Amino acid sequence: MTDATQNNADDNDLDTTIYDELPDAPPKKRLKLSWTGKIGVAVVAFWLVIVVIGPWISPFHEADIIGDDSFMGIWTSTEGEGVHILGTDYLERDIFSRIMWGARMTIGISVLATLLAYLIGVTAGIAAAVKRGWIDMVLSRVNDAILSLPTIMLGLLIVVALGSSIPILIGTAAIIYASSVFRIARAFGQEIMVMDYVESAQARGETIWWIIFREVLPNAAMPLATDFGLRLVFVVLFISSLSFLGLGIQPPAADWGSMVRQNLEGLQYGSLAPVWPALAIASFTIAINLIVDDISAKSGGDLARKMIS
Amino acid sequence: MAELFEIDNLQIQARKEDGTPIPIVKGVSFNVKAGQVVALIGESGSGKSTISLATMAYCRPGLEFPGGEVRLHGKDILTMEPQDQRSLRGNNVAYLAQSAAATFNPAITIGEQVTEAAVLHGTLTQEEADRRAIQLYHALELPDPDLLGRRYPHQVSGGQLQRLMAAMALVSGPDLLVLDEPTTALDVTTQIEVLKAFKKVIQEEGSAAIYVTHDLAVVAQVADHIVVLYSGEIQEQGPVDQIINNPQHPYTKRLMAAVKPSPKAGMGDVHDEEHDRVVPNIEVKNMTAGYGGIVNGKPVITVLRDINVKIKNSHVVGVIGESGCGKSTLARVMAGLLPAAKGEVYLDGNRLEPDLKNRSREELQKIQFVYQMADTALNPRQVIGDILGRPLEFYRGLKGQERREEVANLLRLVELPVEFETRYPSELSGGQKQRVNMARALAANPEVMLCDEVTSALDSIVSSNVIKLLKKLRAKTGVSFVFISHDLSTVGSFADEIVVLYAGRVVEQGPVDEVLAPPYHPYTRLLISSVPELRVGWLEDTMQKREMAVGIARGVEITDTGCPFYNRCPIAIEGTCNTETAPTREPSPEHFISCHRTMEEIEDIEKNPQQILHGFEVAAPGGDKAALAAKPV
Repeated sequence: MTDATQNNADDNDLDTTIYDELPDAPPKKRLKLSWTGKIGVAVVAFWLVIVVIGPWISPFHEADIIGDDSFMGIWTSTEGEGVHILGTDYLERDIFSRIMWGARMTIGISVLATLLAYLIGVTAGIAAAVKRGWIDMVLSRVNDAILSLPTIMLGLLIVVALGSSIPILIGTAAIIYASSVFRIARAFGQEIMVMDYVESAQARGETIWWIIFREVLPNAAMPLATDFGLRLVFVVLFISSLSFLGLGIQPPAADWGSMVRQNLEGLQYGSLAPVWPALAIASFTIAINLIVDDISAKSGGDLARKMIS
Repeated sequence: MAELFEIDNLQIQARKEDGTPIPIVKGVSFNVKAGQVVALIGESGSGKSTISLATMAYCRPGLEFPGGEVRLHGKDILTMEPQDQRSLRGNNVAYLAQSAAATFNPAITIGEQVTEAAVLHGTLTQEEADRRAIQLYHALELPDPDLLGRRYPHQVSGGQLQRLMAAMALVSGPDLLVLDEPTTALDVTTQIEVLKAFKKVIQEEGSAAIYVTHDLAVVAQVADHIVVLYSGEIQEQGPVDQIINNPQHPYTKRLMAAVKPSPKAGMGDVHDEEHDRVVPNIEVKNMTAGYGGIVNGKPVITVLRDINVKIKNSHVVGVIGESGCGKSTLARVMAGLLPAAKGEVYLDGNRLEPDLKNRSREELQKIQFVYQMADTALNPRQVIGDILGRPLEFYRGLKGQERREEVANLLRLVELPVEFETRYPSELSGGQKQRVNMARALAANPEVMLCDEVTSALDSIVSSNVIKLLKKLRAKTGVSFVFISHDLSTVGSFADEIVVLYAGRVVEQGPVDEVLAPPYHPYTRLLISSVPELRVGWLEDTMQKREMAVGIARGVEITDTGCPFYNRCPIAIEGTCNTETAPTREPSPEHFISCHRTMEEIEDIEKNPQQILHGFEVAAPGGDKAALAAKPV
């Protein structure tokens, strides 16, 4: 053993500069979107522009019944009015214009409703995870009750009772979807609450607000953002379903979901009328998911760490 | 004539986003002969695990083999068809991962999991595999080998599970066994138990093995040939005697220097009584603590019983014991993370509230807790500057420029570059993260730092650097430390006083030079004997000692009556030790030993070790006497 002790004493003479501690992981790359992510950003940006300026640049008003016929094909024209780029719908309205007007309804309402659902769900979910005890108990049981009701039935009830208006639609969708957000936020919150860095903050004497906003939420943000994309799609479909039943967005205002439903019969006549709004919904929701996938894949850093060790 | 296994100029690389290759393994060549154990040694990041996976023609996603050959029986396995590679894995080459707990499925019986691979590959039928498994359980000296296969993984100890993993790998009789850091995460005593079993089974099976580790002392016990790696390149290779006794390469010498010396009196630095600042003491009195709520004034699961510990001004107290002895619980009680069921914690004579929620901010500031795993102790979404800056702001009210300067000072104090301020924890190495972890505790300007196994998860070189840093910090700041570790040599080199915890009780306590010199408590003696020495043949010599055989074979059991160490003690007195609480003796001032044996008896046994055998046979329950009698003395 004298050897090792000897070496210990000699240790300071050894050249320490050559043998640095080897890094466990390469420096993390800053967020850079892949090409799929860039496509996603482009599509979402395009639709957001349409939301803002759609009604001004569309060739017709959403409620104008101007076509020669219902279910006209693409690039047909009506005497004295102009070209129907995507044809006309069952009420002889211009589909292209209605998609541009509908963007405002569909995207606007869905995004607002989903954001509101997140605000309610994440606040309550994280509060339940952090506070535990009776707060968790009460919130979780109320949430279970909401989750146990069929979403459409619950939506119908609220809308019938309170009347159909856009604020009520947004509120209804938000409350219904907040319950699923609550579950996810609570689960992530519980997972993070047992981490040493949270305990360390508690031991430091931090307030509950610091722990929620600085320790828990930043670490839950990425998985919650991934869920946001999915949830938004559900809200779009939920609003469309209500519209189909006549309780959602009231005609003649256009929204993509009801445009699909209303024009379904056109398929029998070989019309593509329901396909265009469906494509609009698909492009928007897929684009959101492309962005979310890209961010969550890049933010991991785990892959890089596994590669080098 | 081709060797059993040859690695020839092996290269492995990753790619950056723009496609430029990053070499990870840079042309490594070595051979493994039949029946030979080759050790790959290096710190984390040296590419040793990557090479060990290449022995199965496997590399982690994102890596590729640009060149070189890996030949088994003269055939290159890297260029084989995937289905041939698949039949090779587990059949010809078997791999043992580091963590047995993560390898075993808790819902399936051990027997099923051990035999699964061999049956799946069609090498053996289920009956043959079962018979072979039982044979291996015997060879690995596992308890109750005939019925062990019917148990579930949670029903055996960690060391037993680690050995079962060897059985799992060996069941189909592989040509080559790859062991990736199989003892790194274990206690010293468990490590010996596992090493001994591995060595025996490798010899009996006659299979070749590659043993991956960062610990030279462990390698000296098991390997025939050593390959020293740094940054994906071989620095030196040769027979074990040559590398251990006559290392040539400076890096090998550096690794040797990081091997911990045997714990003995006088190994630590002389404690300088002069400090820039003298902090008040912290004291724990008659404390009982545990988990699961309090029933009749006692916790449902009592972890610590009647603990009295005092940390004097600017002293370092090492708390030592195996896992499950309550070391971390003691620190958590002091920090207020776990309110004690009974007893008090005093800081500078003032009683502290048991729960940290009721402690004042000044009290919280004075006691800082440093977690074992820097990975989970640092918020991955905060940059280092914020992690260190928050306590500065929170406790000391520093803002803006002042805060920035103090963060830079802290980084310099723990010997990290100031640029790290803007980095995230994931961009740092394990040792660097541990330094940040300590800097955060220092940021509070504490009086006591509770360090919970801060070096246990680190490589030997990194951990010796961290200890050096701690010594400097202590000299500079005058902070008291409670240093928790299962590693006596680390504690011995750093602490002024040692508290030996066993099964939730203090069995020995005193100045470091007293504790590490005779008379020893039998448990302290077991711990000291268990620290591997950098010497070929140490394992065999140690296992010759009777007290080791008993101490290693059994684990920690928490008992309500008698001395908790009774079932592992070589000098236990039946009828006394298992029924009565041991008296506390004071062989020298401030040195306490709790033992039924008098100090004269203990010293006598030190001088005449054959008495240990006698004492043990009196104490041992019937079953173990037979098992021990079968072994040569």
